[in-house]
Amino acid sequence: MTIASEAREAREASMLAVFADPVTPDLARSLDLAGFSWKGVASADEAADSEPAAGWQGVIIDCTTDPESAWAFARTIRKSGGSQIKVLILVGGAQLGDLQLRDDLFDDFCLSPFHPTEFEARLRHLLWSVGDATGPRADLVEYGQLILNLETYQATIAGRPLDMTYMEYELLKFLAQNPGKVFTREILLSRVWGYEYYGGARTVDVHIRRLRAKLGEEHAGLIATVRSVGYRFGQSRWAS
Amino acid sequence: MLDQHRDYVLRTVEERGVRLVRLWFTDVLGNLKSFAISPAELENALEDGMTFDGSSIDGFSRIQESDVLAVPDPDTFELIPWSEPGAAEARVFCDIRSLDGAPFEGDPRQVLRRTVRAARDQGFTFYIAPDLEFFYFEQPTDGKKPQPLDHGGYFDLTTRDAAGDLRKETIRKLEQMSIPVEYSFHEDSPSQQEIDLRHTDALTMADSVMTFRLVVKEVAASQGVHATFMPKPLEGVQGSGMHLHMSLFRGDENAFYDGDDPHALSAVAKSFMAGLLAHAAEITAITNQTVNSYKRLVPGFEAPVHISWARNNRSGLIRVPIAKKGNPLATRIEYRSPDPACNPYLAFSLLLAAGMRGIEQGYELPEEADANLFEMDDAALAKLGITQLPQSLSDALRTMEQSELVHDVLGEHIFEWFLRNKRREWRDYKTHVSQFELDRYLRSV
Repeated sequence: MTIASEAREAREASMLAVFADPVTPDLARSLDLAGFSWKGVASADEAADSEPAAGWQGVIIDCTTDPESAWAFARTIRKSGGSQIKVLILVGGAQLGDLQLRDDLFDDFCLSPFHPTEFEARLRHLLWSVGDATGPRADLVEYGQLILNLETYQATIAGRPLDMTYMEYELLKFLAQNPGKVFTREILLSRVWGYEYYGGARTVDVHIRRLRAKLGEEHAGLIATVRSVGYRFGQSRWAS
Repeated sequence: MLDQHRDYVLRTVEERGVRLVRLWFTDVLGNLKSFAISPAELENALEDGMTFDGSSIDGFSRIQESDVLAVPDPDTFELIPWSEPGAAEARVFCDIRSLDGAPFEGDPRQVLRRTVRAARDQGFTFYIAPDLEFFYFEQPTDGKKPQPLDHGGYFDLTTRDAAGDLRKETIRKLEQMSIPVEYSFHEDSPSQQEIDLRHTDALTMADSVMTFRLVVKEVAASQGVHATFMPKPLEGVQGSGMHLHMSLFRGDENAFYDGDDPHALSAVAKSFMAGLLAHAAEITAITNQTVNSYKRLVPGFEAPVHISWARNNRSGLIRVPIAKKGNPLATRIEYRSPDPACNPYLAFSLLLAAGMRGIEQGYELPEEADANLFEMDDAALAKLGITQLPQSLSDALRTMEQSELVHDVLGEHIFEWFLRNKRREWRDYKTHVSQFELDRYLRSV
């Protein structure tokens, strides 16, 4: 390998993807001054197409101008790259509420407008831990007799395998990862199906009904209907 | 996003030891078609689709461009609950594409996708819940009348139980295949069953109806029984319909509901119904596509004959079930003419498009017809401006041929092929000399 190609590879290996509309001069300057290589991407497709051979070192997503497409982008990144890719979110002070229930979509966030030193510090800390991952582990979600294996996409209830469609599986996974919490249909729709889905909120009811049937009569109660609100998986945290 | 779907399917095939993946799609007449691939081919199929010769499928390709692609829709991947133990099989519905990747014009599923998308562009999601009726018979023998299971006399009790068990087993398999059942019961006619499904969006429901028909037949066949969706298999008793409960939602809200209206029906609902009534005759060839369908649409057997609507009158084409005030989500309309032998993709497409036309162009809903229309003579009906549904397949085809709406929704390819195919069916029927004629005329004339 020539020195030049080695250098190029090293540079590419530490390339950041920046999703922002547009990449503000402040953001560009901070990244440049801190010595990061970065590339602006306008869509998930573009992020996939221009991804370096070694993968993105990290992703910065600016949610301040178009939060909806920014979160949709974050979801796509997670869905295609799992939790391997570190994601830093930029949010405005009034948007902090948007972070709720989206813990799985980002690794850290920074308030925007940001202080360049804080931004750099957070970014470095985030990227520092990347090389440190302790290899793949079998990701299991367990609740009572329900077991979901996130790696193999298989689920069992009381040892019996559950045959599910992909969206049924995704919905059950989301609920089982957040037991005791009540979710409205809109939240479930936006968190499980994502913004790209326009099937309407009744689709949630359809899938809940199917899941209950597949869990079987004795376990159907795992998913409770909370009247005029939505659904809850497992016991309420406030139940006596 | 698609990556994870694909992953899910591939991992499930591996983890569950799936030996065969069946690729399902539907021809223009609504027959389920299938070919099987080995799991090794699946990844490739999900990526690029599988090429097959479409010229052998009714209504698909013209000979000179016969190859088409079946592209699996990973959302519909499911294990088949009746596969042999130890040799799991799965099915996945496919969209059909031309070799250049464009949606194939002969594919009914793409017609529905297109129509649903157009409604979605206006902010609406279309939900459907069908009531499916069908008969169980002994295995048919050529030239003999169908034999209902509960006509056995001597074995009455045991055979009737058999039908109940079949229905129970059918429901269990439907639920396993993600098709939730709302009610099921023995219908009026001997050996006639009804199973009502819970509403879903229209595309999912069209897939579900295809699966439903197969599951009902599979379960029956496993017990040596024949299940049929023929609209009118027995003379003198009710036929099998597929009443469709329909609603439009805007996000979480039922667009058919308006609490301020005396009947809780919104302006959207009224124009949608007006659209259905205005175009009902044009779309009947699709919702009732067999010669036999028109033997069901006659007075006296709880099937509609007149193009009218009412809140609680089962002789009309559209019934508006009285929704409980407390539940706006349940406001819906019931369209009563379709039969279960139709192509659900095309039927749903035309119903949605007719209703949407009513909304877009602000059609006026005619007066409710709450009298029993079967008891009125033609003059009284004419005064009310109430017309009839087409009386035969031939009538229906003639009306469809004039319809710009049907042409636009189905596209030139399906429109033209369907008319040609069904005219041939009518010609074959017309030249047939029936038992009725022999009994009536042979001696007397």
